[in-house]
Amino acid sequence: MSLRDFGPNELMFLIMATRWTILLALIAFAGGGVIGLIVAALRVAPLLPLRGLAAGYIQFFMGTPILIQLFMAYYGSSLLGFRPDPWVAAAVTFSLNGGAFFGEIFRGSIDAVPKGQWEASTALGFRFLPTLRLVILPQAVRLMLPPTVGFMVQIVKTTSVASLIGLTELARAATQVNTVTFQPVLVFGTVSLIYFMLCWPLSLYAGYLERRVGGGLQVRTKKPLLMAS
Amino acid sequence: MQTALQFGPVLIHLDQLLYGVGQTIQLAVLSILFGTIIGVLGAIGRSFGPRWVSWPIAAYVELIRNTPLLIQLYFVFFSLPMFGLKLSSGSAAILALSIHLGAYATEILRAGVESVPVGQIEAAKSLGLTSYRIIRHVVLVPAVRAVYPALSAQFILQLMGTSIVGAIAAEELTAIANNLVMETFRSFEVYIVIAVIYFVLVQSASLILAGLGRLLFRWRT
Repeated sequence: MSLRDFGPNELMFLIMATRWTILLALIAFAGGGVIGLIVAALRVAPLLPLRGLAAGYIQFFMGTPILIQLFMAYYGSSLLGFRPDPWVAAAVTFSLNGGAFFGEIFRGSIDAVPKGQWEASTALGFRFLPTLRLVILPQAVRLMLPPTVGFMVQIVKTTSVASLIGLTELARAATQVNTVTFQPVLVFGTVSLIYFMLCWPLSLYAGYLERRVGGGLQVRTKKPLLMAS
Repeated sequence: MQTALQFGPVLIHLDQLLYGVGQTIQLAVLSILFGTIIGVLGAIGRSFGPRWVSWPIAAYVELIRNTPLLIQLYFVFFSLPMFGLKLSSGSAAILALSIHLGAYATEILRAGVESVPVGQIEAAKSLGLTSYRIIRHVVLVPAVRAVYPALSAQFILQLMGTSIVGAIAAEELTAIANNLVMETFRSFEVYIVIAVIYFVLVQSASLILAGLGRLLFRWRT
């Protein structure tokens, strides 16, 4: 009793929708990376209120579901007088949310750099930001790389939640195709495969990087860095 | 346009909010229970089973960990009726959430099982313990202890993950929130209240899990 069968056109529709999943993931990665860097810098800043601010930011975004954050951004924008737009809401939410997680990842890597580096740098007359930029971050980058790539997998998967505020990406395209073809096994099987092909190489690469960093300095974070998806 | 926040119209629906909290807790607790059982069996099968057991488990873990929970939810909810298995949206949600957590729990517990020194297992064998006792007392307990922080973090994520099961019309806090938006037209206020509730739930769950960990693993290594 279906309107259509799952054919090449439907497959093409899903593949074209994957563009938006990838685009949203890239926005989240770029936006989250920049915000994460700021959050991490605030998190290790020499002023207590700045550290508290960053900690509160991380607590909020890691302690509430991203779907609720999405809804707040989507409906909150109308409160501020804008017309709610799923893309704007999703881009803002995923960047802010990613910023909290990246902030924790970066801070963990920064913390793993021996304290003597800070002291030596200060003794040489460097202020906080030059120390962070020129001395600490270059050493921390090696450590933050594996969890960063690992978190990209989480971002790709979590973009599917944006379908629930009406953004037409892969997950929403899947429900649309399922509604007209009524072949859920085929439709969601195909979509799972597309997501898998996006995520698995990243997972493998993250695992490879983790093994390569292996010995030496280790990132120590309070919580394992995962994200509901 | 009204811009002032009004929480009154939202908070008079306290009964519905509490019902949603109950549903969310129920979903989280049941799926954590079943998911952990899957994880324990999966980790044992993956570490000690023959290849025809460990390989499918590895495939299951990789497949689940590299696809979104939302798609897994849709797959379970829409596909099972095709095979003649009609589930209510609540049961489908619990099933999908359990399968989801099962994969993560398997991976986490496997790391714990592999952290148990081989000598410890050999010592248990030479003491004449049965395989069941070795796996239960000598492998699993230290394994769970070793990965307990990672496991509880995953449980917290599971609690927050239940928020998306409204997508298949299962009842929980977020779905209740969406109903309240329709009723009150106070969308932003509703989601602020819901965010606060989730935040309190998550913080309480963290405290409970940390307390449970201290209670269960009191001995020193």
